[in-house]
Amino acid sequence: MTRPLPSRENSPLRYVGVAPFLLFTGLFLILPTGYIVLGAFRAADGGFTLDHILGLNTPSIRNAYWVSIRISFWSALIGSAIGLGMAAAVIHGGLPKAFRGPLMTFSGVASNFAGVALAFAFIATLGPAGLVTLWLRSEFGVNLRAQGFNLLSTTGLIVTYLFFQIPLMILIIAPALDGLKREWREAAETLGASGLQYVRMIALPILFPSILGCFALLFANAFGAVATAIALTGSSLNIAPILLFAQIRGDVLGSPGLGYALALGMVVIAGVANALSIWLRTRSERWLR
Amino acid sequence: MTRVLAWAIFLFGVFYFVLPLFGMTEFSLRMRRGVYSLDAYRVVLADPQFQATFAYSTVMALLTIVIGVLIVVPTAYWVRLYLPRLRPVVEFITLLPLVIPPIVIVFGYIRLYNTSSWLPMTGSSTGTNLLLLCGYATLALPYMYRAVDTGLRTIDVRTLTEAAQSLGAGWFTIMSRVILPNVLVAVLSGAFLTFAIVIGEFVMAALLNRPAFGPYLQLMGANKAYEPAALAVIAFAITWACMGLIALVTRLQKFTPAPR
Amino acid sequence: MAFLDISGLSKHFGPNLVVRDFDLGIEKGEFVTFLGPSGCGKTTVLRMVAGFETPSAGAIRIDGRDVTALRPSQRKIGMVFQAYALFPNLTVAENVAFGMKVAGASRADIAARVGEMLGLIRLSDLGGRYPFQLSGGQQQRGALAPALAIRPQVLLLDEPLSALDAKIRVSLRQEIRAIQRELGITTIFVTHDQEEALSISDRIVVMNGGVAEQAGAPFEIYNRPATRFVASFVGTLNLIDARVLDAAVGRVSAGGQELTLGRPLPAAAGASVALALRPEAVTLGSRPGQDVLLRGTVAAAEFLGSVVRLRTRVGDQSLSLDTFNNAAVPPPLPGETVEIGFASSDVLLLAD
Repeated sequence: MTRPLPSRENSPLRYVGVAPFLLFTGLFLILPTGYIVLGAFRAADGGFTLDHILGLNTPSIRNAYWVSIRISFWSALIGSAIGLGMAAAVIHGGLPKAFRGPLMTFSGVASNFAGVALAFAFIATLGPAGLVTLWLRSEFGVNLRAQGFNLLSTTGLIVTYLFFQIPLMILIIAPALDGLKREWREAAETLGASGLQYVRMIALPILFPSILGCFALLFANAFGAVATAIALTGSSLNIAPILLFAQIRGDVLGSPGLGYALALGMVVIAGVANALSIWLRTRSERWLR
Repeated sequence: MTRVLAWAIFLFGVFYFVLPLFGMTEFSLRMRRGVYSLDAYRVVLADPQFQATFAYSTVMALLTIVIGVLIVVPTAYWVRLYLPRLRPVVEFITLLPLVIPPIVIVFGYIRLYNTSSWLPMTGSSTGTNLLLLCGYATLALPYMYRAVDTGLRTIDVRTLTEAAQSLGAGWFTIMSRVILPNVLVAVLSGAFLTFAIVIGEFVMAALLNRPAFGPYLQLMGANKAYEPAALAVIAFAITWACMGLIALVTRLQKFTPAPR
Repeated sequence: MAFLDISGLSKHFGPNLVVRDFDLGIEKGEFVTFLGPSGCGKTTVLRMVAGFETPSAGAIRIDGRDVTALRPSQRKIGMVFQAYALFPNLTVAENVAFGMKVAGASRADIAARVGEMLGLIRLSDLGGRYPFQLSGGQQQRGALAPALAIRPQVLLLDEPLSALDAKIRVSLRQEIRAIQRELGITTIFVTHDQEEALSISDRIVVMNGGVAEQAGAPFEIYNRPATRFVASFVGTLNLIDARVLDAAVGRVSAGGQELTLGRPLPAAAGASVALALRPEAVTLGSRPGQDVLLRGTVAAAEFLGSVVRLRTRVGDQSLSLDTFNNAAVPPPLPGETVEIGFASSDVLLLAD
């Protein structure tokens, strides 16, 4: 029977308790990531080099990153806007209070329904033989393809990504919207402000750090998504995660170091976006106490 | 916000979400020409590949939950009780799997633990399975830790521990008989979330060449027409069930901890 | 017609009638307090005057103009909330300027008014601070200024001091009153604290269960309460159960002793009435002007410093009385027999 240590004892034995955790995360999280990150700078002979990173500067790789950034940006922007709108509608928009619970629950489900299955759902709906596609053709004579919409493209990916981006936004912005006190709105009204003036001068400035933080989170979220993209476009679309996937599978780029550099690029972009998100969202708590 | 605008945005959102769900369900019923039938589901459920990969992923999910609980609960407990200053560090580490794209993590596994390294896990299928398991546990770490930490916050860990110690309980007894039952709801929430995540996971399983449900889904999508839709419906139902169970378990929590 | 005229105001929330038939006329520059326990409807009436709730019936007129159908932003009303509604993303000065900015005033006008207001609430040095950098009392003072800056016709305060410490509450309520006097703004103040209401109001409206039970000056409300509720809510009150012996003359039997009230009673012989007395109207021993003397025993004596509060028993009734501390005479001990005197004219007969 072991006697636990008193907490005031400054003994190194205290760290025994977190040893399993540190060992596990060290072996399966930190070490692998670190290896990849450092590998981007490791030359064939083991020395330091920037060649791999510079080697990223080819048209196809640049394009891959650029397309990824575009997809992430637009799905994050539209997802933020619609998510904010829906959350605001339910919390402050005068909709029945009973809507909130189901919306939150559904958002929890939808934000986790990503990956391959999500792609299938959209293929069945907006794909070449999809429900809506066929319906539009038979009822309105509208040929979606001819109008320029192809699900198996970056636009299609953006539309598909919204399915988990919007709920994620709803879930994260809801507490911030709750923090908007009713008194502020009423005070603004007695001081003569219209609804729009209140939103422009008070509500949006207060919410802005949270909104921006959520946008960054959505951006990072989309940037790292692989499964849906592969399932939707069949790994033919040239975006960074798919490129990395192909590179890991079969060294399509012809240089292992380039693979590391590609991964490093993803880590940096996703990392910066996430860090920004966390910083902004904790800053906004100051006002919503 | 005017009520009209609120309703408009809300209904637009509902429309956007309902449409794909409706589409995939409708499509999955269209296998038999001209009439609605459950043929696609029959074919899928009878497919030995489906059964094998689904079973594989289910087992992996359950094992992931076990590993997750074994690692997270004692760690969260210990940090809260004895190492409060280490908390920011531990929390930061648990957030990393959300920041680092999983594809990079599994890339690291392949490079680091292949047959020519100091820990050759990919040499055998058991080793690779174990590696995938650890990968899944890493992916689920943020959610499991946050759930358990929140659960621990609502119970007075220090008092419970000291009371148990004064009654002669050892460390293992404290964890299994005192702490775990009290954070069971939190653990279950984390468990259901882990299950949902692991069942459909693709990248890690695909790159490690394991016969999991995710890669099976992708294969079906590339080759079949109606079965993918049926599979999507099944996947969505599972996700919904997991979230529903979390809500159920949270509501069934029989005791309310005393306010602090 | 009064400057602020509220007539026949009622409000339903679903099946609940929260405010019933509320009538009140407030003169220009008057400071009126709505006093009552939580749930009595005082805040609802205030919010209807502000325009945040629509009355189910009745009308509100300000300076002759019917505002019942107008939105809050159209009523030129200043409001101070319980949870001090300063906008957290604006500095104090910007908060004060908000109303004028929305109305499109010139920069010079805004600057001048902001300076004036900040001086009035004594926060001139803190204009550049953000609300979270101020203390509770400073925030509440700060919340007053934006409401005043727009030169409202009516100022509404919804329990503005409830969230503050006791000491700040006392000093801030006097400040609010002083500012109100200086600017001469018609004001409605809502509170559940009767001491607050008594100390600063021109008139008090005591509300209970959605109805205004009595409206009048503090002196009136305290000394001549109309109902038992008003009497017990405002100040402490002794209640003695008595049996009527002779209704015409006002002879009753209380605590085993008889006394005459000298006025006719509204009840028949043999019925019970409640006699109400303020503790300060009751004395130990007899004083000139008193015509009733009862015998009782001391149950407890609380020495509160300048005041000694005695609880006595007269027969089966309790009577509480206050006397000033007398350095030469120690308070009586429990069990001592004492004489209790009061004037029959001080006895309040209350409608229930």
